[in-house]
Formats: sequence, C-alpha cells, structure tokens
Amino acid sequence: MMLFASFNVHAELASIPALQHRVTDLTQTLSSEQQTALERKIAAFEQEKGSQIAVLIIPTTQPEAIEQYSIRVAEAWKIGREKEDDGVILLVAKDDHKMRIEVGYGLEGAIPDLIAKRVITEIMAPSFKQGDFNGGISKAVDALMGLIAGEQLPAPAKQTNQGNWGDFLPLLLVGGLILGSILRVVFGDFFGGVLNGGIIAVLAWFFGVALLIALLLGIVAFILTLIGPSGLGHMGGGGYSGGSGHSDSWSGGGGGGFGGGGASGDW
Amino acid sequence: MKHLVLRFLAVLFVLSLTGCGYNTFQSLDEESKASWSEVLNQYQRRADLVPNLVNVVKGYASHEKEVLTQVADARSKVGSMQVTPELLNDPEAFAKFQAAQGQLTSALSRLLAVSENYPNLKADQGFRDLQAQLEGTENRITVARNRYIETIKNYNVAVRSFPNNLTAMALGYKAKPSFTVENEKAISVAPTVNFESK
Repeated sequence: MMLFASFNVHAELASIPALQHRVTDLTQTLSSEQQTALERKIAAFEQEKGSQIAVLIIPTTQPEAIEQYSIRVAEAWKIGREKEDDGVILLVAKDDHKMRIEVGYGLEGAIPDLIAKRVITEIMAPSFKQGDFNGGISKAVDALMGLIAGEQLPAPAKQTNQGNWGDFLPLLLVGGLILGSILRVVFGDFFGGVLNGGIIAVLAWFFGVALLIALLLGIVAFILTLIGPSGLGHMGGGGYSGGSGHSDSWSGGGGGGFGGGGASGDW
Repeated sequence: MKHLVLRFLAVLFVLSLTGCGYNTFQSLDEESKASWSEVLNQYQRRADLVPNLVNVVKGYASHEKEVLTQVADARSKVGSMQVTPELLNDPEAFAKFQAAQGQLTSALSRLLAVSENYPNLKADQGFRDLQAQLEGTENRITVARNRYIETIKNYNVAVRSFPNNLTAMALGYKAKPSFTVENEKAISVAPTVNFESK
C-alpha cells in the first residue's frame, strides 16, 4: 500500500509500482509463501536461461485499458536483457477481472500472440474463475517458461566471474601501488615499472582474467609506476564503485524492449 | 595573421554546426524514420492477416456480404497505397494514408462485431487464433503510433524553436505530420437524430 501511495504522480492514471521483486502483489492475493515460491522459480529460470519474467497484480488499471497500462509498466520496468529483449510481464488487474501477458520483442517468436492468448484462456481464466489465483499464475508462468525454453537465446551472463573481477581489481591497484613503490626504490624507475607491470599481468592472468586484458593491466601498472604513487593512488581511489557482490539481490529489469506484443483476456 | 583568422573562422563554423541544431535534426530525423517504419510494419502485418480472417468468416457467415465487402475494399485500398519514406514529409499523402488505415480499422471492428452473432464462428479455433493475432497487431499499431507521435513531437519542437528554426529554414527541414484522432470528423459532427420512420 505504501508503494501505491508514493508513486501516485499522475493523479488521473493508475500508478506503476517500483520494480523491487519479480513478483509484485498490491492486492495481497498471494500469501508470502506463494510469492516466495513463485519468485524462486522465476529467479532459477532467469539464472538458467537469462530471460526475465515479472508478475504484477494490481486492483485496477482504470481509467486506462489494461493494454495501455501494461505497456507503460513495460517501458518503466524494462524487463528482459537489453540486446535480447527477452522479458515477459504477467499482469493481473484483479478488480477489473482482466489479465495480460506482455511479451518483449525478443520473445515474440517463442510466445506468439495466439499462444499467449491460449495461456490466458486455457490456463489462467479457468483457475481464476475458481478463485485460485496462485495456481493460475503459477501454471501460466510454467507454460511461459516452457515456451521460452524452446527458444535459442544466448546464455545468461556468468555472474560469478564478473563478480570476482570487480572485487579483485581494487586489490590489484592497491597492491600494485605498494609493490610498485618498493620495486622503484630497489630497481630504479624504469626496471621497477617493468617488473611491477609484469607481476601484475601474471597475477591477473592467474586469477582468471583474459590474457589480453591482463597484459593491458600490466601496461597500465607499468605506466602508473613511472608516473609515481600519487597518480596511482588517485586512480585507485576512483576505481572501485561498489559492485553488487550479493548473489541473491536482483538488479531489476535488464533493459528489455517491448512493442505491445502479447495478449489480453478476462475471466 | 590572415592564417589565424581563417583558422578561427573554421573553428567557429564547426562550433556553430553543433550549436545550431543540425546534429539534433539528424538524430531526431533518424529516430522518427525508425519509429515510422515500425508503424508501417505493424500496419502491413495487419493487412496480411485480413485475407485469412475474411476467409474464415466467410465459411460461417457468407451472407454478411456488406461487411465482408467493406473489409475487402478497405484492405485493397491500403494495399494499393504507395508507402515511401517521403510520405513523412508530405502532410497530404500522410492524411490519405491515415484515412485508408482508419477505414480498415473500422471495417475490421465491424466485422468482429458481426461475428459475435455466430456462435459456431466464435468457437472456431482458427478464427480465435486470428482474432488473437489481430488484437495483438492492433495493440502493436497503437504502441508504434504513440511512439511515432512522441518522436515527431521531439523533432517538431527542435525544428520550430529558436535558433534551430533558422537552420531548419536554411536547410529545408520542415515539421512532420503526426497522427490525429482517427474519427476526428465523426466526433466533431453532431449526431443527427431522425424520428421519421422510413
């Protein structure tokens, strides 16, 4: 309810809640266990396949039609990866008795409009008619996952490697700074720089950084050693921008585009 | 000395190019073309659906000749239109294009309204699939049109505001036409009520 109040900017239009979870329920229809289970399922799928799915349950989209509201949500949330546009939004307007599956550009082949329509009329509507919202949504999400699974999409970006990289870079910079100043004193400016650069490059390579980037890091270290510790210290301070280390936190929509594909229905 | 002045003028010229809106025109012009081709894509997609839809409806409601003919006529009119990117710079042709598409829109909605009276047709899986596709396409058209309107708004504001308008005038960039409400005329004309029975 808090969300609802705080985003009521356009007085005349229904507000779009902030995207914080994969499943957003403003009607308290799903129990927290059901919500968590649904979120886990979607998160696991996202990790495996890369495509993003979001579920939104709101009381009403009035005064807009569900299609208009839905595309605004899609534009605000940007579910799906940026280049693949492989996001799906499952929207339920409970008091309106309307639902919509909004399909991103990249999945219009995997989930054509008529298939989305069938998911709505054959899976969601019958469950909703019996008041089983969790069942209907859950089964619909399963069906959508099955459809997306058949689509050739690039593998999801490897989170673990990426994380190590960022965590490890500031260490390398600080270490390089100390090592560089010691080596410079012992071996002189030039040879100290070469040594430092070489060591950094080998270390980076050892830790799994690509060879070319490792070499580049080595060269950077060499130059920075020549310039002096002050320059390096400055660089080191600005280099770390607090990467997202937690694996279970969700970064939200990946920048996927939507063009109004999908289908709507009612129950 | 003369050399220096020339160089100064060259720098000033380049700076004035970036400041006069020329580059803005370029990017906004491209953007509007891209969003326009999306509009065209979706209209084309709809036009491609129409023959199948007409065939299915004919199978169940062949005596609804009037509506079916209207759809077929509107479809052929849309199909016969020469749609080129230049259409964007020609308000008259643009209005014609919009009228033709609007005619198809209303003919199709009449067809769907009529089909409500035929339970067998409504139960036909082929018809339902086509209907879902048509709904999806109509929605895509709406989205594409709204995005086109948005890009045109940005372009037109850039072209008309000072000092960009001077550049626009010098280089022949004109404001582009945008979509208007489809049945503007129908809305503005008061409905006539006829109590006399024929």
